[in-house]
Amino acid sequence: MDFDFSKIISYAPFLLEGTILTIAISIGSILIGVILGLFIGLGNMMRNKLLSFPFLAYITFFRGTPLYVQLLLIHFGFVPLIINETNGIVAAVVALSLNSAAYIAEIFRGGIQSIDKGQMEAARSLGMSHIQAMRHVILPQAVKRVIPPLGNEFIILVKESSLAAIVTAPEIMYHTRNMSSQYAIVWEPYLTAALIYLIITLFLSFILHRVERRLDTA
Amino acid sequence: MIKVKNLKKSFGKNEVLKDISLEIKPKEVVVVIGPSGSGKSTFLRCINLLEEITDGHIYVEDFDVADPKNNINSLRMEVGMVFQQFNLFPHMTVLDNIMLAPTKVRKLSKENAKEKGLELLRKVGLEEKQNAYPDSLSGGQKQRVAIARALAMQPKIMLFDEPTSALDPEMVGEVLEVMKQLANEGMTMIVVTHEMGFAREVGDRVIFMDEGYVVEENVPKELFENPHHERTKSFLSKVL
Repeated sequence: MDFDFSKIISYAPFLLEGTILTIAISIGSILIGVILGLFIGLGNMMRNKLLSFPFLAYITFFRGTPLYVQLLLIHFGFVPLIINETNGIVAAVVALSLNSAAYIAEIFRGGIQSIDKGQMEAARSLGMSHIQAMRHVILPQAVKRVIPPLGNEFIILVKESSLAAIVTAPEIMYHTRNMSSQYAIVWEPYLTAALIYLIITLFLSFILHRVERRLDTA
Repeated sequence: MIKVKNLKKSFGKNEVLKDISLEIKPKEVVVVIGPSGSGKSTFLRCINLLEEITDGHIYVEDFDVADPKNNINSLRMEVGMVFQQFNLFPHMTVLDNIMLAPTKVRKLSKENAKEKGLELLRKVGLEEKQNAYPDSLSGGQKQRVAIARALAMQPKIMLFDEPTSALDPEMVGEVLEVMKQLANEGMTMIVVTHEMGFAREVGDRVIFMDEGYVVEENVPKELFENPHHERTKSFLSKVL
């Protein structure tokens, strides 16, 4: 097996662009996913079954169907419906946000339900409303507990963003596949892509680890 | 001040409170005793609606607790509660624990709430712990902070749900001392406890509950020395 570094170097500018886009798509999707996930998680926890049903249905759909299918539906169906044309980057961000929101909703639910119910009772017994108690007492404690599973979800999301290549968003895998077909080589492009993802996820793990430690001592 | 009329409470098919009626006067200290499972904690938790009322009525002054149209938060501002497990907020300092409800619910200014909070900490003897987190406190200290936190809302009534049951024996005294001081200042108190010494010394009236009923109530001296019912006698013979 001859490993030809010159071909990687000739593709380096594209791979760098792809890496930047992968990171941008991931960060955008994580931010939207967390906000949407918190909202859906809280909605799913409402005691009124009728009101919580749409949130449960959302979680069930996005966790129960492949991201691949969701991405194609959003790219060819949903996005053109809204902006009258297809756009791979928009489709990728929308699909990853909606998909991760379903998992993040469950992470928040787990975090909130893990807080001792005496905390809610104490807050309510002082005259605080349910919303005040959630905001000042329950959520600050739950956030600390959801950091590790959320970090896990972030790492999964970065890797799943590689699916955006199939809707021609020019991220890492898009350029990698171009490189593979242009030179008819396999090892150089895919191992390079694997290495880039590994570097991103290792860096992310490192950051998350630091955040966890800081929250532990706080 | 508190009027309970034919109160009933069920958890599913399990009827925990069967028919409770009693009245509590202003400044009265009522101690509720009884075997575990007798419904005393549930009774206490019905007064500030931490448990929904199945049937009957509770009036706190003019406030009808069981009426769903009434804003329960405005009742809870006037009725402080202290829990067996303290339930301090672990992510906040002692002072922030105390200041939270006054600033968010009573809309006190930070300065004002802080001043009152420090005053209360002085009262329970923990002023030097204002910036400590609950995890670093002993059980007795935690419960004293919890009492200060409840008092910070300036309640008219204080409910104590087995406040010393989770404490190591050597810390029971410091908590009871704070409660005694509170009673001497004229606070209306309902105390569920196993501390018979406290009941005898501080209580104006002792209520003995068993299996969801108030079996017997009397001034402490009478109830302890001259119980009328068999069940009261057998309970007291086990705990005294």
